[in-house]
Amino acid sequence: MSKLELTRRGLLRTGAVAGAGLAMPTVFASRASAFTNEPKGGVVTLGFTIPLTGPYADEGNDELKAFQLAVKHLNGEGDGGMLSTFSSKTLTGAGILGKKVAFVSGDTQTKPDTARATAKSMIEKDGAVMISGCSSSAEAVALQSLCQEAGLIYMVGLSHSNDTTGKDKKRNGFRHFFNAYMSAAALAPVLKDMYGADRAAYHLTADYTWGWTQQASMQAATEAIGWKTVANVLTPLASTDFSSYIAPVLNSGADVLILNHYGANMVNSLTQAVQFGLKDKMVNGKQFQIVVPLISELMAKGAGPNIRDIPGSSNWNWKLQDAGTKAFVQSYGKEYGAPPSQAAQTCYAQVLLYADAVARAKSFNPCAVVEALEGYKFDGLGNGPTEYRAADHQCFKDCLVVKGKDKPDNEFDTLEIVQVTPTAQVTYAPDNKMFAGGDLGQCNPGA
Amino acid sequence: MLGLGKKDLTFLLIVLLLTLAAPILLNPFAEGSAMAQFNAGYPDLMQRIAIFAIFAVGFNILFGLTGYLSFGHAAFIGIGSYAMVWMLKLLTMNILPGLILATLMGGAFALLIGFVSLRRSGIYFSILTLAFAQMSFNMAYSVLTPITGGENGLGPALGDPRVLDAAAANGTIPEVNLFGLSMRATYELDLAGRVFQFNAGYYVCGLLSVFMFYLALRLFRSPFGMMLRAIKCNQHRLNYTGLHSRPYMLSAFVISGMYAGLAGGLMAAMDPLAGADRMQWQASGEVVLMVILGGVGTMLGPVLGAGFIKYCENIFSKINDHVLHEWFSIFPKWLENLLVTIVHPFVGQGWHLTLGVLFMLVVIFLPGGLIEGGQRIGRLIRRKPDAKGKAAATTPAE
Amino acid sequence: MDALILQTLNGLDKGSAYALIALGLTLIFGTLGVVNFAHGTLFMIGAFCAVTLQRLLSLSQVTIDPTKKDFLGNALKVKTPYIEAWFGKDAGAAIVNWSVPLSILLAIPVMLVVGFVMERGLIKHFYKRPHADQILVTFGLAIVLQEVIKYYFGANPIPTAAPTDFAGSIDFGVWMGFPPNDIIYPYWRMVYFLFSVVVIGAVFAFLQFTTFGMVVRAGMADRETVGLLGINIDRRFTIMFGIAAVVAGTAGAMYTPINSPAFTMGMNFLVLSFVVVVVGGMGSLPGAVLSGFLLGILESYASMNWIKDVIPGIDQIIIYVIAIIVLLTRPRGLMGRKGVMED
Repeated sequence: MSKLELTRRGLLRTGAVAGAGLAMPTVFASRASAFTNEPKGGVVTLGFTIPLTGPYADEGNDELKAFQLAVKHLNGEGDGGMLSTFSSKTLTGAGILGKKVAFVSGDTQTKPDTARATAKSMIEKDGAVMISGCSSSAEAVALQSLCQEAGLIYMVGLSHSNDTTGKDKKRNGFRHFFNAYMSAAALAPVLKDMYGADRAAYHLTADYTWGWTQQASMQAATEAIGWKTVANVLTPLASTDFSSYIAPVLNSGADVLILNHYGANMVNSLTQAVQFGLKDKMVNGKQFQIVVPLISELMAKGAGPNIRDIPGSSNWNWKLQDAGTKAFVQSYGKEYGAPPSQAAQTCYAQVLLYADAVARAKSFNPCAVVEALEGYKFDGLGNGPTEYRAADHQCFKDCLVVKGKDKPDNEFDTLEIVQVTPTAQVTYAPDNKMFAGGDLGQCNPGA
Repeated sequence: MLGLGKKDLTFLLIVLLLTLAAPILLNPFAEGSAMAQFNAGYPDLMQRIAIFAIFAVGFNILFGLTGYLSFGHAAFIGIGSYAMVWMLKLLTMNILPGLILATLMGGAFALLIGFVSLRRSGIYFSILTLAFAQMSFNMAYSVLTPITGGENGLGPALGDPRVLDAAAANGTIPEVNLFGLSMRATYELDLAGRVFQFNAGYYVCGLLSVFMFYLALRLFRSPFGMMLRAIKCNQHRLNYTGLHSRPYMLSAFVISGMYAGLAGGLMAAMDPLAGADRMQWQASGEVVLMVILGGVGTMLGPVLGAGFIKYCENIFSKINDHVLHEWFSIFPKWLENLLVTIVHPFVGQGWHLTLGVLFMLVVIFLPGGLIEGGQRIGRLIRRKPDAKGKAAATTPAE
Repeated sequence: MDALILQTLNGLDKGSAYALIALGLTLIFGTLGVVNFAHGTLFMIGAFCAVTLQRLLSLSQVTIDPTKKDFLGNALKVKTPYIEAWFGKDAGAAIVNWSVPLSILLAIPVMLVVGFVMERGLIKHFYKRPHADQILVTFGLAIVLQEVIKYYFGANPIPTAAPTDFAGSIDFGVWMGFPPNDIIYPYWRMVYFLFSVVVIGAVFAFLQFTTFGMVVRAGMADRETVGLLGINIDRRFTIMFGIAAVVAGTAGAMYTPINSPAFTMGMNFLVLSFVVVVVGGMGSLPGAVLSGFLLGILESYASMNWIKDVIPGIDQIIIYVIAIIVLLTRPRGLMGRKGVMED
């Protein structure tokens, strides 16, 4: 592994500008390898970057559990989980390409800086050949660009922003999770059925990139079904008390409140909106409604009874009845005593997809893996027939519209599935204006 | 030589040698052994230690000499980083212009913030600096997104002009370099089962940090440094002598701001993505922790503190249950499980707990930081109840 | 006009939380001269007293119901809270429903103990040490306590609802002649505001009208002289530390329905509460309360749409802008004394 690169043209050019360049001897020895961290010997190491401290530590824990399970299954331990339902049969439980799978995990603190530091240590010290996991779009974008520079594959974890496979997409990065556009596209028709076409929406939006893309997607989709947009109010990211933003909603003439918040922000804003009694009010002769575009099981758990009857969208839910989901829930439930969250499912699927791509390409070389994944169609990982689109490395699959369950049977019974939105309805053109401005670039194998 | 006394010169040479040999010294355990987990000799961590050493040494010029505790120094790190990335985007992937601009921008903002904040002292000064830094962070994260990249951060992209560089070939962003020498260039030496990585980026950071260390050393020994110490001792008495102390304070603030700006620039040069997170108050708090943990007011203390915290952050957080089970697998199963249960809360996801406990222990028992700890151990080893040692230990009357 | 009234109301309850934390912080600083960075953590521990009580009350007997299946297809385990088994279904449910107000009864002794242990075990040894050391050791303690809470309760916010009797909101506007739904205010926030007024009043009355309070005030003014008079001021200050912890803890417990408790909430309030204290003036109790409410109300005003249209993002930075303005025009905050914490 040698990363010594004297770009000759740059040397000549800047050297000339500066008078005398810093001449470096070129007699460096190096261990020959075709790409970054080419696995030698019988073991291949994967790196999992997850938030273990900070507000998203619970998501991180779920991701880690899923990664551990996936590694177990790849190595032929346990019941094999989704290996048996996966449409590709290259994975037999004998590791990847006959190499035993090992992994390192590290904390990202949900901060892009720390995430990159952790990933770099995995690359430079532990010899990881692939990086996966994250719990925010900022981390996803940061890790994706790092892996592009270093010449590794990055399999995105939990990232919902349009930018990850839009403005900031990279050739070496792949996203299985759905995005803000898909959320809105899946949600809008259901909202029309539930609340009618004559509605006025008031948006509360977290004041940063993800919030903005989520809001723009929702506004476009709801206006397409005839809703009006009364206002879009940005809320500071450090807010824990949203009362001064929620209080003016009722006399604004709006009869739907859309909360473009995530995680603890969403738990607090929803709890406070319910506390204001918004759900019981009548406005414009209609029952007032609250919508949360992105809902996860962990957020639903945090919001408790306040989430009841609130609609939103999810990437996946353990109550789905396909063979892949059933196998995964059985396997995960036996291991950890609770059903998996959507974060766990997407991370598990990403590891399997990577391993399978390596097996099909018969090489760990990132460029070969990229080739194997681009345009790849598969099934049996819980989301139905899915395609990794070559143009932007986004997975296209069915999305779920869910809502908070009214009378839960048990502690895991927080959400119910309203509708499985078919792939065609959430598909968009790669040059859609919400995703414009990015460039995948060339694949980089490092070395 | 270099304007230093003989003792200081030896000191500086030792620091230089340690910096040059760090890739070897920090990699004491053979690859593949159970202890390899604790190796720190890989480029990213070494770069970070060097960068934070610059930051902490600069902070120490303000806090250690004048006693003014700033809670907003992370803002200068962020400003330096953004300046660097903008240079990488607009001008050239060569880091030199960026480093210069980052230092200047750090200084300029420090002048602005310092001019206002230094009108107050004590905790009022701390809160003013904190307020400015938090404002910068909040704005950078949301309102200023077009300039700072907001949540996603700011990094070089394929479509950037880069007027001094040749057009990017074959759809890849050119590597960050110094006159053609890529910052990622690493020479690996395989020796006795250990792999030593000599990385160009690290040597840039390391040599710069030694140079900045040298400048700080000169400053500590200069009349200007003496004046700053006088401010710490008794600012009122100083004012009564007819000296206007605020210009001195402001210079110290600006100098430490420039150190922070340079550190921010280097951070972005080693890893060209600048996020707003590095401006948050926790980041400002971290540098305070580093300086105090190492030993405030000492030369080497801040460097030690920076190394210690970065080491913990990167090494402890990576120890998961899997690793623990591997370590303890030589014991019987019940003992293995027991040991894992005991150790588990302190590593991996619990590394913050370890840091908190360690930190409290140091503050309680070693007020002078790790440096004092080292001195105490040194005295224990020598075990010479000589009068000379005692005389040195008693502080001169104030 | 109605918008202004609305935002004033919103500011009042935001301000109550700030004022309660700042009050405790100032009590500790004024009596013991210690800058307590772990004070936000005390607020958080108080909130988790409410969570703990909720958990204790819903401790359940597990019976297996073979007719239903859980998600793995095994027989479902049905949980019945013991409390419902003991007091009957309705009374038991009512007790669980009222767990947040009841948690004050748990929070008071717990916080007293936490306060005493903290003061006697740790802070006591730091009276003679520099302020920087105090800040650091309490900061370290805050990290440790926060991580311990996270270890036992997880990182996700935990839903803790107010009693259902307080669900919904009052329509203030109708009283004042505005159309319905113009000025609404949730019942629980009303309760919280009243609660904070009572607590603040009680603390001031305690200091003003009891002998104990008089001695403490004398000690705050001149510790040495009070000591020379043969009064054991240390013990009283320890008790004041306990009281400050109780104020923070009960404030946290009552705040849980507004803000679902998570282990990060202490640190979230820490920086803000320091700004509040400094704006009020270090060591001044009325200053702390005044600036708590002032900043709460101004923060609410800044979130109004037409103000945000004029200055985008003003609600992100308003607190800091005010802090800067106040500190530059009034050197020691609104009501600070000379010479306190200026070196």
